[in-house]
Amino acid sequence: MSANGWEPVVGLEIHVQLKTRTKMFCRCENVWGEEPNTRTCPVCLAHPGTLPVPNRTAVEWTLKLGVALGCEIAPRALFHRKNYFYPDLPKGYQISQYDVPLASEGRFVVPGPDGDREIGIVRAHLEEDAAKTVHVGGTAGRIHGAEHSLVDFNRGGTPLVEIVTQPDIRSGEEARRFLQLLRQTVVELGISDAEMEKGSLRCDANVSVRKAGEGGFRTKTELKNMNSFKFVADGIAAEVERQVGVYESGGEVVQQTLHFDPARGTIAPLRSKEEAHDYRYFPEPDLVPVEPSAEQVAAARESVGELPGARIRRLEQELDFDLAYGLVTSGRDELFARVPGDRRAVANVLMNQLAAAGTDPAAVNGEELGKLIAARERIPRQAFLDALAASGNGDFRADRYLAEETVSDAAALDPVIDRILAANAEQVEAYRGGKAGLLGFFVGQVMKETQGKADARAVNERLREKLGN
Amino acid sequence: MIDTLRLTAEEAAGLLERGEVSGDELAGAYLGAIEERDAELHAYLHVVGERGAGVPIAYKDVITTKGIPTTAGSRILEGYTPVFDSTVASRCKEARLPVIGKTNLDEFAMGSSTENSAYGPSRNPWDPERVPGGSSGGSAAAVAGGLAPWALGTDTGGSVKQPASLCGVVGLRPTYGTVSRYGIVAFASSLDQVGPITKTVRDNARLYAIVAGKDPCDSTTVELPEPVALPEGEDLTGVRVGVPREMNEAEGIAPGVSESVEAAIRLAEELGADVEETSLPRSVEYGLACYYLVAPAEASSNLARYDGVRYGHRAEGDGDLTALYARTRWEGFGAEPKRRILLGTYALSAGYYEAYYGQAQKVRTVIAQEHAAAFERFDVLVSPTSPTVAFRIGEKAEDPLAMYLSDLLTIPANMAGLPGLSIPCGLSDGLPVGLQLIGPQFSENTLFRVGHALERALDFDYVPERLR
Amino acid sequence: MAITREDVLHVAGLARLEIPEGEMDAVREQLGAILEAVGKVAELDLADVEPTSHPLDLVNSWAEDEPRPSLSQKDALLNAPDPSDGSFRVPAVGG
Ligand SMILES: [Mg+2]
Ligand SMILES: [Zn+2]
Repeated sequence: MSANGWEPVVGLEIHVQLKTRTKMFCRCENVWGEEPNTRTCPVCLAHPGTLPVPNRTAVEWTLKLGVALGCEIAPRALFHRKNYFYPDLPKGYQISQYDVPLASEGRFVVPGPDGDREIGIVRAHLEEDAAKTVHVGGTAGRIHGAEHSLVDFNRGGTPLVEIVTQPDIRSGEEARRFLQLLRQTVVELGISDAEMEKGSLRCDANVSVRKAGEGGFRTKTELKNMNSFKFVADGIAAEVERQVGVYESGGEVVQQTLHFDPARGTIAPLRSKEEAHDYRYFPEPDLVPVEPSAEQVAAARESVGELPGARIRRLEQELDFDLAYGLVTSGRDELFARVPGDRRAVANVLMNQLAAAGTDPAAVNGEELGKLIAARERIPRQAFLDALAASGNGDFRADRYLAEETVSDAAALDPVIDRILAANAEQVEAYRGGKAGLLGFFVGQVMKETQGKADARAVNERLREKLGN
Repeated sequence: MIDTLRLTAEEAAGLLERGEVSGDELAGAYLGAIEERDAELHAYLHVVGERGAGVPIAYKDVITTKGIPTTAGSRILEGYTPVFDSTVASRCKEARLPVIGKTNLDEFAMGSSTENSAYGPSRNPWDPERVPGGSSGGSAAAVAGGLAPWALGTDTGGSVKQPASLCGVVGLRPTYGTVSRYGIVAFASSLDQVGPITKTVRDNARLYAIVAGKDPCDSTTVELPEPVALPEGEDLTGVRVGVPREMNEAEGIAPGVSESVEAAIRLAEELGADVEETSLPRSVEYGLACYYLVAPAEASSNLARYDGVRYGHRAEGDGDLTALYARTRWEGFGAEPKRRILLGTYALSAGYYEAYYGQAQKVRTVIAQEHAAAFERFDVLVSPTSPTVAFRIGEKAEDPLAMYLSDLLTIPANMAGLPGLSIPCGLSDGLPVGLQLIGPQFSENTLFRVGHALERALDFDYVPERLR
Repeated sequence: MAITREDVLHVAGLARLEIPEGEMDAVREQLGAILEAVGKVAELDLADVEPTSHPLDLVNSWAEDEPRPSLSQKDALLNAPDPSDGSFRVPAVGG
């Protein structure tokens, strides 16, 4: 709930690019980053007379996702044509699903710090992606200032699942969580890389606000092209604030498509002139209906395990919400379950140092990592970090690192400290003159001298004593 | 000396098999005939003249041929050279049929006279002042004029059956889904079918056998429930023939046409068929209106790909892309495609969909149900193929609605996805009359059998009188 | 039914057809006449009839997810009116 009793009302429209081997309606490879127009054929270039043939795997993966979203699976689904002209749309229509999508009427539970929120799913349907268009500047010799676009059809026709939520989301933060959980879900199902930066997960938001207790909805705006989780959260928050501001100053929100500029945190209309859309949907006559078999639906149900949201709730029992959420949405909770030891300590290490080390959680031997984490107070910090970095190697054993005990007794540390203080008389004087920040310098010197094996707490204590305060 | 006017494909295959002529000689004979008569008939848009081991074939120019220009009779595809073969062309290639050339047609198969070709009309071999019908007019004229032993056309509302009728040859519109549409420049996807145009019913069955069958590239195709049987018999004992009143007494059927068709029906009875009158009241009354909503709606979408981006005509000048599209498309399409695009766009647009396109789809259900009921009692239904014989070039060119009536009798069966065979059944004023035989889905073998028996009994001479 | 000039312009806009001013009246009249003729379908009361969008009763026609060779970039661009840098060049949208 925003200030002054305004309630944000947000619905998301998400496109998930499936990582099938081939495109949706032709058998060109579905790959990323190839030379332009080298993964095209007469079908995806829409040459005259070519016809679409649906990708069976894409249909089955949509069923999986539908199940994960708690949707009803349609006994009979249709493909429609959505007609509009755009150079990235070679046929002049997109094959999509309209009145009978493969999956509809679902619910997806999004856990939050203050309990579960259930977000309604209107539908999840299968469609084809548009091509990629690169805009380039004018060329000498042509009309001055002319701008051109270059169209690359490699991406054209790759399978997309479009997911539409009910306007059940109540903040940018909640939208971010919904999206992160959705992403984790499709990644675990193995049906998409779902990377926002690469565009394999895309999100638009329909945003409006209303007074608490007010029935119905006010005018909504559409926020487009937010290509990170943070931008989704920030963009929605900024738009909510803008709309509240409009109403509070006596204005009216107008329906329009908006673009969020993350650098400036500002919102601007995407196009000045909105064309009136009339997509002239009609059943795609080149395709026949899809009737998922009982076996296909059963297989989809079986392939969906415990959902990320439920796992967060389970882990929250032994951790706190943030740690549980972090573990699950980063895909580290599976490793967490395999690592014995103090739950909170293990979670912290997995979320912080192990993540920083870039180690693949799936490759880690949980037992060995558990030993290492249990001993982390006793071994040199650097040795611990080295061990984490190595923990993804198949032959990793904790023993080698555990052997490197820290040096913490004064008898061993004093000679080193004395030597360093003697060699840095100037700094010692400055410290004593009030430059307390120099303590870190001395600690660093000791650590360097002992190759990181000194116990930091002991070094601090001894230094303070010897420097006289 | 090979008489291409008289030689059937079956006879030609016999000559090749027995080594009496070579593939080169055979192809050469047709090229010679083209040299001699195509300046007048203009059956071909593009002569290829391949040599090969089999019986040469001509393709309507909506049939995509790799490396051979394919224009659909439109300026918007001028200069377009496909990089792939249509499935029917590759099946003919596998059967080693060399390509003679690409035949003329109404632009994007939209028309009933071949006058809508951007490259000028074709002419009827029986009377060059008259149209060969359409839209597969070039293919029908080529076969009737001895410029091809057989040819492929496409039929959406009657575009194989009607020109076959007007040119005195045999044309099959197969059951929807039995012949692949992959590589057929689309007009109306739920109606388009490729069909053979031949001199005899047996030739027709032979060519149908080559091109028919499920294609993994066309998800609307099916396997034939039974193999194609070359028709042999000459009697019609036990065949139940229905004569739908509305299709035989429709206003606009020329008296000469009715006479020929009635004579053929009497002949069927003499051959042993049980003939009985029946009725398809709503199919005939609402078929045409239904067709002119469904087909243009699909066409408006199918023709959206012609935008000057990936192939085909692009208007001159830079500037706004939307304006460039609109200019490209206005320049590239002829009057009839533009008319149908506008009509179809209207029928699908917000606020009109239910009243037009949605309602037409329901009429389609009614038509299918009426036919299904008739086929509980009959094996085939008969009627004239076209209400008239070949009309004069220019006669209907300015009146689209009059032209649309040419397909009045072929449309109903097409809306229901049913096969139809047109065979010549006589002459009226010296011009061929076609008899249409309609069967239930996948009844091609029955149509061939009935058509063959009638063809024998009718003994129609398919060589145009003026060329004998 | 009468179709207005605005109707024609709207539909022509959707269909990306630029009707020259001089041809507008003829286009409108023809379209109006055809619409009147096809409007005949409205005579039938078909409230309880299911629409047919496909003549055959087929379902589940699909292909396995196995790649087939694509065209070379040269063949992909073979028919392009304005190829550039391995791509299809068009004026910028709204430019
Ligand atoms: Mg979409
Ligand atoms: Zn492709």
